Amino acid sequence: MNWLIAILQTILFVVLAPLLAGWIKCCKCRLQNRKAPSVFQPYRDLFKLTHKQPVVSEQASWLFIKAPYIIFSATVLAATVVPLIAVDLPTSASADVIVMVGFFAFARFFLALAGLDIGTAFGGMGSSREMTISSMAEPAMLMAIFTLTMTASTTNLSFAISHVLNEGLVLRPSFVFALSALVLVAIAETGRIPVDNPATHLELTMIHEAMILEYSGRHLALIEWASQLKLMLYGVLIANIFFPWGIAESFGIQALGYGLLVIIGKLALLAVFLAIAETLVAKMRLFRVQEFLSFAYLLGLLGMLSHIILEAAR
Amino acid sequence: MNIEQLDFYTQAILSMAALVGLTSFLMLGQGRLLRLIFVFAMQGFLLTLTTALAAYSLNNHHLYISAVLTLVLKVIFIPWMLRREVLRMNMHRDIEALKNNTAVMLGGASLMVFSYYVLHPIVQSSSVVMLNALAVSLSVVLLGMLLMISHRQAIAHVVGFMSIENGLFFAAIVATNGMPMVVELGVAFDVLVAAVLFGIFFLHIRTSIDSLDVDLLNKLHEVEK
Repeated sequence: MNWLIAILQTILFVVLAPLLAGWIKCCKCRLQNRKAPSVFQPYRDLFKLTHKQPVVSEQASWLFIKAPYIIFSATVLAATVVPLIAVDLPTSASADVIVMVGFFAFARFFLALAGLDIGTAFGGMGSSREMTISSMAEPAMLMAIFTLTMTASTTNLSFAISHVLNEGLVLRPSFVFALSALVLVAIAETGRIPVDNPATHLELTMIHEAMILEYSGRHLALIEWASQLKLMLYGVLIANIFFPWGIAESFGIQALGYGLLVIIGKLALLAVFLAIAETLVAKMRLFRVQEFLSFAYLLGLLGMLSHIILEAAR
Repeated sequence: MNIEQLDFYTQAILSMAALVGLTSFLMLGQGRLLRLIFVFAMQGFLLTLTTALAAYSLNNHHLYISAVLTLVLKVIFIPWMLRREVLRMNMHRDIEALKNNTAVMLGGASLMVFSYYVLHPIVQSSSVVMLNALAVSLSVVLLGMLLMISHRQAIAHVVGFMSIENGLFFAAIVATNGMPMVVELGVAFDVLVAAVLFGIFFLHIRTSIDSLDVDLLNKLHEVEK
């Protein structure tokens, strides 16, 4: 029964991810006085892409063709670790948050290799940029997550979330810092606006788009889907770690349905904030990104320090 | 004593203390004047929140007046005045090259450790929260001084001075659960008078050396070196 719900939750993750992307696009269009496409547009795009014939360069090796499948499945596996509608699931109890970061790193490794594989200038440039950014984003993210794990004294996400949930409303200075660090890292890692622009193919600025420039057809669909999934994963992490109220603690139909409604509400709200931020902020120069990420690292470190200094038991 | 066992007011005060400390560090590393002034206004806003929180939870009505005064003076009036000065001097596009920024930031961090070290003896006689809040406000005071030493623009000096005052104000609110009204009014008017005086100083510095960079004041030696 538990395994069934765990699988169901992963499927929900995969199915809902394009909807979140569509909703963000919709909010952005409204804010920029444009006519918004339907929220279901990403599904139509994915459907269209799967029906197109993929074109692969003659120089491409086997890696280029296998990479989309590896990336997609690694991201789906990462999604199984994160509690979406219920805590205490067998999949999220068997792997902890460091495994999730590992899955992300694994997917990113293959994405960068695939960018390099084809031998175009843009692919290599995108891969090098992506690796630079992630090498600075990963420590900041781990710092923010360690703050949580030190508070809950476990690295397991589902136990940590139920710890936060059972504690009731406690205002922790360290969580304020960890939340802001995690938000900054999420923006950098999912390639949103101050760091990377998901809607452009301007060669000077693109990072994620540069790596996947050569992909087409179902390969492109899988990679797009994986990046939408990653965006949703970060959203769920932020929503469920810091505002876990409403997540189901038992497996009754009512609790699960309520949990689903609450997480959809939280994600929709987060998406509105993201859209507002993307409308207000201009994309920063590539060489400013390290300042942005070292600020995120500083915030993570401060979260850890204030956990030790301000909240420690004496 | 763990943080879960404290009441909500104390938790909020601790969070505010952490955020006020963060704004001090942000000011220390800031090269652009307009952003410096913005962070200063943020710090003032955090102080306003703290005061309002204290007023609400201690049921102390005159603290609301103090909160409103803080809001008007430190979030609106002084930042507005400094901003106008920066825009008038056309300095808003300059980035002040901070000399050895890393050393200054590390110095700031060690000042914070130092203030914890200095205040540690009082933990025997009062609560843990008091220690943390007082240590943060002492380090805000010291960081304000460091800001005045490390920056060259006169406007940054004024911001540093005002943030010293912010640190003292935070300590006063947290430690005494609200000062008497007379004292608070006096402090508020002191700040106002200081702001006006600084305006006059700016005018004089500008007319004599045509800049607000205080390093240029060395030119005013009577004897040529």
